[in-house]
Amino acid sequence: MREDVLLTVEGVWVQRPGAEVLRGVNLTVRRGELHILLGLNGSGKSSLALTLMGASGYLPERGRILFDGKDITHCSVTERARLGLTLAWQEPARFEGLPVADYLALGMENPSRERIEEALTMVALSPGAYMGRSVDSALSGGERKRIELAAVYGMRPRLAVLDEPDSGIDVLGIEEIADLLRRMSREGTAVLLITHREEMADVADTASLMCGGAVINTGTAAEVREYFAQRCRPHGDRLGSQPWGEEANGMYRRVVSEGVCDD
Amino acid sequence: MTNHAGIPFKPSVLQEQNPAWAQEFEAMLRAYEQAGGKASVLQMPRVASAVISANRVLAVNLIAGVDIQTEEMERGVRAHITVAPGTKVDYPVHLCFGMTAEEGVQEILPVFEIGAGAEIGFLAHCTFPNAVDLKHIMDARIHVHPNGTMRYSEAHYHGPHGGIEVLPTTHAQVDEGGRLEVEFNLIHGRVGRMEIQFEADVAAWGVVELVSKAYGSGDDEIVVHEVVRLNGEGARGLAKTRAAVRDRAVSSVYTTAEGNAPGAVGHMDCTEIVRGEAMARNVPTVVVRDDQARVTHEAAIGSVGKRELETLMARGLDEDEAVDIIIRGMLR
Repeated sequence: MREDVLLTVEGVWVQRPGAEVLRGVNLTVRRGELHILLGLNGSGKSSLALTLMGASGYLPERGRILFDGKDITHCSVTERARLGLTLAWQEPARFEGLPVADYLALGMENPSRERIEEALTMVALSPGAYMGRSVDSALSGGERKRIELAAVYGMRPRLAVLDEPDSGIDVLGIEEIADLLRRMSREGTAVLLITHREEMADVADTASLMCGGAVINTGTAAEVREYFAQRCRPHGDRLGSQPWGEEANGMYRRVVSEGVCDD
Repeated sequence: MTNHAGIPFKPSVLQEQNPAWAQEFEAMLRAYEQAGGKASVLQMPRVASAVISANRVLAVNLIAGVDIQTEEMERGVRAHITVAPGTKVDYPVHLCFGMTAEEGVQEILPVFEIGAGAEIGFLAHCTFPNAVDLKHIMDARIHVHPNGTMRYSEAHYHGPHGGIEVLPTTHAQVDEGGRLEVEFNLIHGRVGRMEIQFEADVAAWGVVELVSKAYGSGDDEIVVHEVVRLNGEGARGLAKTRAAVRDRAVSSVYTTAEGNAPGAVGHMDCTEIVRGEAMARNVPTVVVRDDQARVTHEAAIGSVGKRELETLMARGLDEDEAVDIIIRGMLR
């Protein structure tokens, strides 16, 4: 294994009730790399994120996941987090009565007021206005997403998987996300950014494309962005989301087994 | 009844005159702090307060517009608390009830009269730090007169043994435009057996908000019966319960909201978290007697949600730590 490789996903298959959501995923993320994972809705991006984090119901039935050379396929969420892997959920959970400051401090090795304020500032939230608020349903979806990003940033993980931080109303703008990602990278955090907005690729060092539950293309951000923009949109129109029908299954089987996209 | 008006307690003087009183008073202050209270507040002249140990009234401090009359009984204390109409009190009245003994019965019979347009808060701490075989009975009457506002927060501390039975009963009447907010907390130490009974009748444009929070362990038993009758036009009511039980503890929450007038709006909101061999139940009852009233309820009973748990575990907490954070937040 190359020394600069932090995460290796080898032939991972995940079955969920009623759908095979990952079909032999292969992926590599290097240390400190900004890696963007593109794909249409339903292509398996979020399933891969949950599988990487070890979420309940996403245990691979085949394949393995290596983190810094250690096989973490069967590790708990906590064990993965303590190794330096974390996830910003696409729809972050709410916590009644838990102040934002306490929530951010949970993941910090040496929490301090300064570090909490810095994390909030990084996601364009005023520390004075937010530290005492609860991480509950009184926050808007966009505010909650920003706080999730702040929590991940404050944790200083070795790999942050960010699941669509750019989707929804009142989320951070592309430039603000780009600044955050660059800052994380400078501080030694590798980022796997999941999105279906190809313009986000401009921030990344490397990009991969998911389709039908598999990574079908990895390359420079420019190459993958171009492929995604030109070839992927018809799938979204024709195939919709999971569970896939027969037509989709035939197409995806060919994509996965032969690396060929019919469109 | 003893009228304490004009006789604010002076601990330093009384300690010299009555060492036994001073010893008991000091013990109650320590217990008060265990229940989450700040003992120094009980000695501030600008803060109305009362300290009651078993059946003895140890201290009462009065301020303008707030009258507290007490009567010592064989097993407890009767208290009549009157807030003059239009009185706005800056600091909440601090009440300290409890017993430092291991065994016995304490009966507190308070009557609250909140005058028209008055606005006042109460911060009550009920502390039984050494309870092994104790019973605490409270039978309260509350009357909030038109456009008056009363906020009452009660926190309990029952020590580590669980040898206590707590039976608070409240009958409340909220007049037109009045507002009553009651919060009950029993989240530190053991519960023992607790049965809350609360009934409120709310007149037009009046508001009642009840919040009950409890954390049971061992073989604790938590029972909550709440009835809110929204009798007047535009009356509003909320009954919110948060309970967590573990080990073999049992939590039973029975709430009733009645919409009896046009524009009356009621809501019941119950969340109970269950761990180990514990058991929780919620039985909401909705009664509507007017076609322009609306009453709703929501309940979530069971384990901590997987998403919440895994989000905290993704920050490096183990499962038990994550559950504890979620429960403590819910009960905060």
